[in-house]
Order: sequence, then C-alpha cells, then structure tokens
Amino acid sequence: MISKLKYNFNTQTNTAPLAIFRLLFGLLMFVSMLRFWINGWIEKLYLLPKFHFSYLGLEFIKPIGNYTYFIFLICGLSAIFIAIGYKYRFATIIFFLSFLYIELMDKTTYLNHYYFINLVSFLLIFLPANAYFSLDAYLNGKKYLKVPKWSIDSIKLLLIIVYFYAGLAKLNSDWLLRAMPLKIWLPSKFDIPLIGETFMQQNWFHYAMSWSGMLYDLTIPFLLLYKKTRNMAFIAVVFFHVFTRVLFPIGMFPYIMIIATLIFFENSFHQKIINFLTKNILITRKKIQSISTLKLSNSRQKITKTVLCIFFIIQIMFPWRYLLYPGELFWNEQGYRFSWRVMLMEKAGSTNFKIVDTKKNTSFTVDNSDFLTTFQEKQMSFQPDFILEYAHFLGNHFKKQGHKNIAVFAESYVALNGRLSTRFIDNTVNLYAEKRSFKPIKWIIPFSSEIKIKGL
Amino acid sequence: MFKKIFPVIITLFILSSCSSTEEENPVLKDSFDRKGMLTNIADNIIIPAYEDFSSKMALLKTEGNAFIDNPNIANLESLRNSWLTAYKSWQHIEMYNIGKANEILYKFHINIYPVTVTDIDDNIKNGSYDLNSANNHDAQGFPALDYLLFGLDNSDSKIIEKYTIDTNKENFKKYLYDVIAQMSSLTNIVVTDFKEQRNVFVNNTVNTLSGSVNQLVNDYIFYYEKGLRANKIGIPSGIFSSTPLPQKVEAFYNNTVSKELTLEALSAVQNLFEGKHFGKNTKGLGFNDYLITLNRNDLATSISNQFTIAKTAIEKLNNSFSIQINSDNVAMTKAYDELQKNVVLMKVDMIQTFNISVDYVDADGD
Repeated sequence: MISKLKYNFNTQTNTAPLAIFRLLFGLLMFVSMLRFWINGWIEKLYLLPKFHFSYLGLEFIKPIGNYTYFIFLICGLSAIFIAIGYKYRFATIIFFLSFLYIELMDKTTYLNHYYFINLVSFLLIFLPANAYFSLDAYLNGKKYLKVPKWSIDSIKLLLIIVYFYAGLAKLNSDWLLRAMPLKIWLPSKFDIPLIGETFMQQNWFHYAMSWSGMLYDLTIPFLLLYKKTRNMAFIAVVFFHVFTRVLFPIGMFPYIMIIATLIFFENSFHQKIINFLTKNILITRKKIQSISTLKLSNSRQKITKTVLCIFFIIQIMFPWRYLLYPGELFWNEQGYRFSWRVMLMEKAGSTNFKIVDTKKNTSFTVDNSDFLTTFQEKQMSFQPDFILEYAHFLGNHFKKQGHKNIAVFAESYVALNGRLSTRFIDNTVNLYAEKRSFKPIKWIIPFSSEIKIKGL
Repeated sequence: MFKKIFPVIITLFILSSCSSTEEENPVLKDSFDRKGMLTNIADNIIIPAYEDFSSKMALLKTEGNAFIDNPNIANLESLRNSWLTAYKSWQHIEMYNIGKANEILYKFHINIYPVTVTDIDDNIKNGSYDLNSANNHDAQGFPALDYLLFGLDNSDSKIIEKYTIDTNKENFKKYLYDVIAQMSSLTNIVVTDFKEQRNVFVNNTVNTLSGSVNQLVNDYIFYYEKGLRANKIGIPSGIFSSTPLPQKVEAFYNNTVSKELTLEALSAVQNLFEGKHFGKNTKGLGFNDYLITLNRNDLATSISNQFTIAKTAIEKLNNSFSIQINSDNVAMTKAYDELQKNVVLMKVDMIQTFNISVDYVDADGD
C-alpha cells in the first residue's frame, strides 16, 4: 500500500484543496449533528435506553442524561468553527473529542462511517487546514498559498484505505458467488419507480450489483488518483453513492464520501470555488498578506510525522486483526468492527436469557423489552460481545434484587445471509461466569452451515 | 474492468427508464404479487373470520339476553355454549390489529386475562363503571364472562343464585349485559371499518411501516409470540417467573377448554401463514408463497412443519392447562419450546427474507 517508501515530507503543494475540504467537512458535520437532533435520535438512542452497551474498558463513557444534548451542541458548534476556520486547532480538538465521546457512549449505534469521521477529525488536528481561506487567516492577516504536501496526501491515503479495504472485504464467496446480502436487500426495494419491480427482482442484477460494488471499491481510489480517469471516477462516485442512498437508509454517509473525494481534484478546481466565493459572497477590503509556503517548526514537523506514521501503520494493520481469531469472522465477529466491512452481511438473531438459581434449580426467562429498546435488542441478538455484556448486566440486576446463586444462560439463534437460523451461543455455558476480554470466545457454537464463507 | 462495466450499468438504467410504460407485459417482472396475497388474506381469511365472529357474537348476545330475562340452568348452559363457540371464533381474529382494531384497542377489551376478580366484584357492587377505561381492560370480554358464567361460585345452582336471589342480582345481570354489549358494539365497529377499508388495505403494498404487508407481518409475529406462545402457555407454565402460575391460563374458571382454544389459535396462525381460506380447505397466496418466491422453500417448509410439531405437543396436554401445569409442567414447557422454535424461524429467518421494515428503528444503517 505504501507506494513510496521514501516519502518526501518537505514537498509543498497548493493549499486550496485542503481549505475546501475543511469547509465542506465542517458544514456537513454541522448538518449531521443538526439532523441527529431534529430526528429525535439523541433522546431515542441515548436518553431513553435504561442500559447502554459500552466498549470494553470504556464503560465509564456513557450518556449524561439531558446534558447529552450539550455534547451534541458543542460538537455541532465546533463543526461550524472548523468550517469557517476559526480557532481551528482548538475547534478540531473539541470536535474530535466530543464526536468520539458520542460514538463511545453506546456501541449499539456503531457505524463504519462514524468511525471514518472519528479518523478524519483526528487527522485534521494535525493538518494546517486553516492556512488559507479561513477566519484565522483573515484575522491574522496572513494566508499561506502552499502547505506541506503530506497534509493533503494523508486525507487521500485514508480514503484509499477505506475504499480499498471495503473492496477487499467483499472478496468472499457469499458476496461474489451467492450475491449475498444484496439478494435479500434488493428485492425488497420494489417501491422504487421503474427499477423496483423489474431489475431489483432479477438474479443477474443482484450479481451485477455485487460485482460492480466490489470492483468500484477496489479501483475507485486509484482511478481518482490517476488524472486521465479522475473525472469519470468522480461521476462514478456521485452515481454510486446517490444510488446506494436511494436503496439504503445510510444517512449522511454518501454525501460525506462525495465531498471527501473532491480532495483528489487539482488545485485549480478548488481555487475556482474559492475565487467564486471571495468575489461574490465573502467580499473583504482587508489586505491579507500572502505567504508562499507554510513551514512548520522542526519540532512540530517531527511530532506530526511520528503521529501520522503511527496512525497509518495502525490503520493498515488493524483491519487484519481478525486473522488472529479462529472460526468464521461473520459468525463470531471478533475483529469485525473498525475494518471497513460495510453493508457486508444480513445477520439477525433472537436471543433470550434464562436466569437460573443454581441452588433451588428454579429459573425464569427475561423479557428483553424490560431493559432494552427494540434497536438495542436487535443489535444484541447477533453480536457475542453484546450478549455477554448484557448477560452480566442481567446477572447484576437480579443480584441487586436479592436473587441468589445466579447463573445466566442464553437461548440464541442467528441467521446469516439467508441461511437457516441455527443455535448461536452454547446454552450450557453460564455467561455470568465468563469474563469480557479480547481473547477468542469459547462459548459460541461454531459456524456449521454447509455453505461455507471463503475469502478475505 | 470497471470502466467497461460502469457504462453498461448506466446504459441499462437508461434503457429501463426508456422502455415505454404502455407495454402490456414488462419484459422483466417476477416479483411477488403482494396485492394478490393481501386480496386473498382480506377476502378469504380476515373478512370471513370477522363475519363468523360477528354472527357468533350475535348469538352470544341473544343467549345472554335470554339468560338475563330468565336465569336458569338451561339458559346458563346455552349461554356457556355460545360463549365457547364465540371464544373459539375469536382466536381467528385476535392477531389482526389493523385500522379500528388498533385504534380502539379491540383485543384489550375482548381478551385480557387473567381477570382481576376484585375489579369485577367492585364494579358489580358499585353498579357504575366505565368499560372503556383502561383500568377495566382486565374486567371485561371473554375472561370476564368466564368468571361470570363459571367462577362466581362452586356449583351451577349457586351461580344461578347470584342472578336470582343475591342482593346484588340486578347489578350482576346488568354487568353481564354490559360486558356482552361492549364486546358486541366494538366488534361491529371493527368489522364494519375493515370492510370499508378493504380496498385501501389490499392496495397498500408499499414497503413502509404503514404498508399492509408490513403491518400484517408485524401483527402476526407479535400475536404469535405474545398472544399465543406467552399468554396461553409460557406465562402460566412459569417460563417468565420462578414458579408456575396456573391461575393465569386462558378460560381459568371454565377450566376445561384452555387446550381447545390454544389449538384453535394455532390453526388460525398456520392458516394465515399458508393462505388457507377461513373454514375451507382451499388455499390462496400466503406468507409461505412469499417465501417460496424469494427462493426460501426450505424456510416455508420448516415453518409449516414446526406448526405441526407444536400442534402435536399441545395435543398431548390435558384439556385444562391448569391441571396439566399442576400435574406435569414439563409437558407444558415442551409445548412452549416447540412454539418458540417458530418464533425464531419467523422473527429471524422470515423477517430477514422479506427484508421489510417492521419496527421503528429509523436510525441510519451502514
């Protein structure tokens, strides 16, 4: 992946693309926050649930009652600050931290594209994206026409990783040879005019979509890099993301990807946008001094270089961690998250818990709706780490109520990509006695379908 | 590679949008006939079942009035018989929570059990009550009649005395009358409304939460899981509590028909799944055909077979579930386990296959 091992960190490049990226990213993030608020999702996802699924070791990060709105407010405001480039460094740090906090509050809402935003906002802290066409530059009376090339390249590299890894993840037999899960998803889109009752129902179309999706993800970053194919590739980006937006409820993600890929365009394109805005909208008489290049101090250059190198080494290695775990990845989901496995499977389950008094040998089954929202229950039902965390929560809850000698067993069945559902969790294992950890899970019934999943 | 494929896809889209809509038969079309399924369900299952229940409700009302006019053993027997006939018919419609049924909380007025005896006794003592109040959901409908016709005392002659010589006899009669009148009037509202909305129902084939198929599947699975599996067998046999709760069976005071009612409900559930016409042996489009169209013959067969297995397990039980629970609860929980297997097949596999929106999770996907 690292094409040039000898990367020159001193090369300079035009600053316009970075400025435009900063502006559009900030605006979109603000809109995202607003949309989240207006849709009532803050209340629904963070305030109504009695219990929250947390990331291992980060249990202390949870919603803070009505103050949770405040976190979203801070996050939305810092996004505006990023867009206009005001107190940029501070704004990016605040945005990164508040967005990260929101994402870590409840694992139920995990989405790859939120993870992507976390990474981009982390990167932005280290990039001089306010060097030009920003309120900071205006107030300081200095704008920099060139910035170090690595600052733009790092965003490109992150995008390349996201797309390429998403493509690699599609190189599996379910996706390519069974057209799964599209074969399940597309036929239900019969409401779409013209194509709903026709193409969406056709077997060949499911395969065509699966294959073109895979090829798109694997090739698009390189087609965007290569000047001759760039325009065509961008049209493909817009088409692909708008089309998936029509098909699936993926919110802001397509727009984020569309504006992010603009970073691949030459300077002149971005310069035109900026010129248009400064001529027609942001008219100013103030003289701003143009400085040809932005040079970082040696110490800052060093820190930035180190951070970026470590960051990208992690990004390149981390999605492969699933290889360290035995068993079927799609079934066990150890190493599934944070790996750009987007829209890769249709998995659903039904998981109920039996609370047993081991001394009296009595038991009762829990009604999940007493503790979980429908969305939480849906997510919990097929993800082992959720199941274990919830089993511990139930054990503790009933212990507090005065039950004694508690053991917690799961009756769990899961269906994956159109296979008949089978037992998922070993119902003879007391989950209350199992520890949460990153070690391979021993209490999952191994994936046993005759239709194996082969591939990356 | 991609450059080649991409124009092909674009061309296909252009072609698809250019193909004239005037053509009689679009070349490509093999999606499931949702409207056909809804038509079959409305015309051959729901409406006939509603009509059947209406006529049995009318008979119950007639017998009720006869008993109130002349409370004697013979009239009590006739009333009890018509109660059971209507109760069995009700098992075919409890799952439909569409339109008015949902709006007026129909099933909450007809079949919430166990009844709260103190509520009924207080209502009768006071002589004034509001059966439309949510507080009285557990003091009306079939379960209240169960108590009023079988559970007021431990012998038939003593039950008759409540309506003939008891100081509160007028209130007893009035309460009996009001409970039946409430059931009857709500039934008329629901049935009339559904017949009026029939066209709207069968044409509403969109895949949204308010689409007919979505509502129907959602109601169906909810009923199977809660109304049938949990209420009739799970809760009384102690699945959700540390000890069994035999007093929570359906028709507890009658104490001989809980199995009969459950088998009736199970056949109603299976009939809808298979598109089997109400009261006939003919079949039309049902959920199983939808699955088959989506290449899930295996699933359609598994679900049908599992209904049969569950039925066999229930048939082994005592006519009275409360007697069964007290003598051998293991057989009860076995029946529960068989019912539960179909909860999984329908809630997980069938919903996954249909891939239709059925819950209110509207947050973004990935």
